[in-house]
Amino acid sequence: MTKPAEFYQRDRRWHPPALDERYKTSVARSPQYAPISLENSLSEITGPVFGHNDIDAIDNDLLSNYAQPGQSPIGERIIVHGRVLDENARPVPNTLVEIWQANAGGRYRHKKDTYLAPIDPNFGGCGRTLTDENGYYYFRTVKPGAYPWRNWVNDWRPAHIHISVFGSGFAQRLITQLYFEGDPLIAKCPIVNTIPDPKAVDQLIAALDMNATIPLDTIAYKFDIVLRGRRSTLFENRLEGN
Amino acid sequence: MAQDLNYLKETPSQTAGPYVHIGLAPGAAGFDIYREELGWDIAGPNARGERIRVEGRVIDGTGSPIKDVLLEAWQANSEGIYAHPEHQGEVEDGFRGWGRVITDFDTGEWGFDTVKPGATPGRNGTTQAPHITLWIVARGINLGLNTRLYFDDETEANAADPVINLIEWERRRATLLAKRGERDGQIVYRFDIKIQGEDETVFFDI
Repeated sequence: MTKPAEFYQRDRRWHPPALDERYKTSVARSPQYAPISLENSLSEITGPVFGHNDIDAIDNDLLSNYAQPGQSPIGERIIVHGRVLDENARPVPNTLVEIWQANAGGRYRHKKDTYLAPIDPNFGGCGRTLTDENGYYYFRTVKPGAYPWRNWVNDWRPAHIHISVFGSGFAQRLITQLYFEGDPLIAKCPIVNTIPDPKAVDQLIAALDMNATIPLDTIAYKFDIVLRGRRSTLFENRLEGN
Repeated sequence: MAQDLNYLKETPSQTAGPYVHIGLAPGAAGFDIYREELGWDIAGPNARGERIRVEGRVIDGTGSPIKDVLLEAWQANSEGIYAHPEHQGEVEDGFRGWGRVITDFDTGEWGFDTVKPGATPGRNGTTQAPHITLWIVARGINLGLNTRLYFDDETEANAADPVINLIEWERRRATLLAKRGERDGQIVYRFDIKIQGEDETVFFDI
């Protein structure tokens, strides 16, 4: 058996805590006991493997993956691109990245969303792709709109895209949200503010990337994703299974 | 000041929110977009071993079922082999070992069909009792919750399991045991997850 090497300990002061009463739903949905910390075994080091048979090439193009032929969603045409890296700055190749978002008016195509902004008939709002051998990924979509939500009575989510990433082991499994550079709602959002360290918030803000923008066509934002790094065993003094 | 270690920081987690289905289970959100949604078949048609159904609810601190949860499962095959290049050994063609389900919007019930996993290698030459790793995300959950489902008919293996034995409060260990039953000739394991309060399920920092 290949010798398991562990992922670096997750920094739980960098991530949001389970309980933040300003994000009201977390009050009844947060464990009261501390989690039990495990040294990684094969159960945590391994994780699902996906391939190009699982998805279609068009899945990463939200401008066309739900549009009628010849039609396009309404909204600001954007590219979201970047790399999936680990904490050692090594690329994470061939990993599944999934995204979902509201349309340009802040309305989700979801039967539970009753916000009065209209559905866009040419926009589904989800996409998925595999990173390439350099950990690179890209999507094409419209920039989502802000929307109100029932937390405090006048809370509005900043424009955001939800992102789900797998990595190579189940211990790297992560869901997060991408925000856009310069959005004044970011600082006011109770969900963003569950993150204690302002530098950690900065890590969720995609930068306007004029170099990747296609002139007269599509504006671009860059968003790198960092998953947990993995230890290289420098000194091996246990023979089996470490 | 010492030198900078130059490690990157892990991207911080955020809640999956109320509309996680759009991205990860669009059919449940009410629209059809992908050729195939991922995660609905953990074991595939060729998997050996005992076919089982695992089901339950996720309960919040008020005792109410959470109706907008998404759960993912990760498990070995019936011989205890993970479908991953770092675990040497063959799995059956079509066995992925990973599944994804959502809770019913009205009842909060979730369930998936799979095969019962075999025992897997633990650390330092130990053996882990058969288990399924579960990951739970939802609105109000800021960082996905990890837990393990063990089987209540594996008494001996569970008693020797290195992870169960890490839980010093013996009373809490029972929260990880799914209860075996039978319905219409099918083996069903019941596993209710309590996020908070009395008999709170044990969660792991993996």
